[in-house]
Amino acid sequence: MKLPSRQRTTRDLKSFQRLMTAALVRPLSPSDRLQSRWTDGRSMHKVAASFIKPNDRLTSFERLEIYARCYWFRLLDCLYADCPGLCALLGEKKFLRLAEAYLAKYPSRSFTLRNLPRRLEKFIRTEPRLTAPHTALALDVARFEWAQTIAFDGPSAPLLAPERLASANPTRLRLGLQPYLSVLALDYAVDDFVIAVKKDGAMRTDASNTPDAAPHAARFRRVPTPERERIYVAVHRHDNMLYYKRLEPAAYRILRTLRAGRTVAQAVGTVRGITPGQIQNWFKNWTELGWLCAYRAK
Amino acid sequence: MPANPFNAFTDYGIGIGLRVPHYRHILEKKPVVDWFEIISENFMVDGGRPLEVLDQILEQYRVVQHGVSMYFGSADPVDRVHLKKLKTLVKRTNTPWLSDHLCWGSVDGTYTHDLLPMPYTFAAAKRTAQKIRQVRDYLEVPICVENVSSYAEFHVSEMTEWEFLTEVVERADCGILLDVNNIYVSSKNHSFNPYDYVNGIPHHRVGQIHVAGHTKFEKYILDTHDHPVLDPVWKLYAHATRLCGVTATLLEWDDKIPSFQEVHDEALKANEFIDGARAAKKPPARATAAASR
Repeated sequence: MKLPSRQRTTRDLKSFQRLMTAALVRPLSPSDRLQSRWTDGRSMHKVAASFIKPNDRLTSFERLEIYARCYWFRLLDCLYADCPGLCALLGEKKFLRLAEAYLAKYPSRSFTLRNLPRRLEKFIRTEPRLTAPHTALALDVARFEWAQTIAFDGPSAPLLAPERLASANPTRLRLGLQPYLSVLALDYAVDDFVIAVKKDGAMRTDASNTPDAAPHAARFRRVPTPERERIYVAVHRHDNMLYYKRLEPAAYRILRTLRAGRTVAQAVGTVRGITPGQIQNWFKNWTELGWLCAYRAK
Repeated sequence: MPANPFNAFTDYGIGIGLRVPHYRHILEKKPVVDWFEIISENFMVDGGRPLEVLDQILEQYRVVQHGVSMYFGSADPVDRVHLKKLKTLVKRTNTPWLSDHLCWGSVDGTYTHDLLPMPYTFAAAKRTAQKIRQVRDYLEVPICVENVSSYAEFHVSEMTEWEFLTEVVERADCGILLDVNNIYVSSKNHSFNPYDYVNGIPHHRVGQIHVAGHTKFEKYILDTHDHPVLDPVWKLYAHATRLCGVTATLLEWDDKIPSFQEVHDEALKANEFIDGARAAKKPPARATAAASR
């Protein structure tokens, strides 16, 4: 990519911004420096000097490197903060490798860092070598931690009036679940694992863009890796506090079927050996927790 | 009485940034604070605790919105979805003005989450001013653009940073959020006189001032917002206040955040310089008496 010597148009400005962005989002060397060669094999010093002025203390390369380091440290810091369970599971070195590979493949596409881990589960699935031999557990932890983000500040829908539930025909009634509620089937008890790992509350820190001098590396505790155990868990909020709630397998099936847009009768029909009284109690409890809302077709 | 046409908030006083570690203290103790500055992006969410906290703050305090991701200087067009979310928040907070940075940080939809310096060219100034106007017209609130701190300069630049800032705000007909710490940091990194910068901008457009702390490294200064304000920055603030008139002032402290009281006390140091500026503006007693006859 060669830049014009003068910027006369928005297109020239865009070319300049593309070059600089490409330089920043390129992974750093193992010693946290800019890589010495550009993508086409040219010296990175020459590439930096082509658009950045040196001064009496810093070369063009070093000035560009300040921004590249800030970029990587900031985004890695964010993943450390949002994925403490994954970090504790893999250990810092392995987590860092995963995070760097993830950000190299999926640079941020959102104005907010809140969305940074959104594609982490997908990435782990496509790059299992980065989490081996704990890939299945890492997938569960990534899903669980993203569900917490959704529960923390995801949208809510108006609650369903209890009388509407009582009076409706279950063969026709479709119910929505709150958008902030995630209903997960997991192969490991990652809820207990993440609780043990987290030292602080669930609230994210603010989104200041002040660059950090270095990423924070020790924000987690190592805890024993959980044994394989099928669990069903809801990640939700109540009075704007984050909660996890273990579910019976049948309750999980009903909720998943409701979320898929089936009627209440169809959802209840997916479970066997559960008394009507038990099912009524679940619906009562879900109503009290504010999980049920009007159904909206996707 | 406004100090200048773009500063209808001369008496807004001294604010501090609303930060998570202080939430509990603020909500429980309800300390007296002139106003809080919020990072807009922290509250551009769809629900949950952030909006609950914001609503509680709004019941007690005046809030001004400050953004970090509008990227007026990006060559990309304005993101309409982002703007819509921002307008929803503007309606919620009733912010009297809204600020964001004179910088870029995204291209083709990829975000660096940084405040990257502009190439100081006429083409970039024209494009940036056009975007500021679009945002202001959509949001229907006054806009102030903030000068950023920087660690790099570009060969293509055709003017100084303060000339570029002036070019942009004159073209956009908008206000300036003058960050005197950023001016100081950049002046050290690029070897210019920070007073030339403050002297060289249109003072009548300064609607807000930022002060903050920074960190010195061997070969450059980093704008870390993790220290008290240093003396040279207070001196520059005093100079700016004399030129621009008394202006709404905000202390930024974003990392290694100490207690609420410590942050607020640091911010209130600005009063000393504001009083100095007021005294300098006040006509002598005899002149006042003569004028009143």
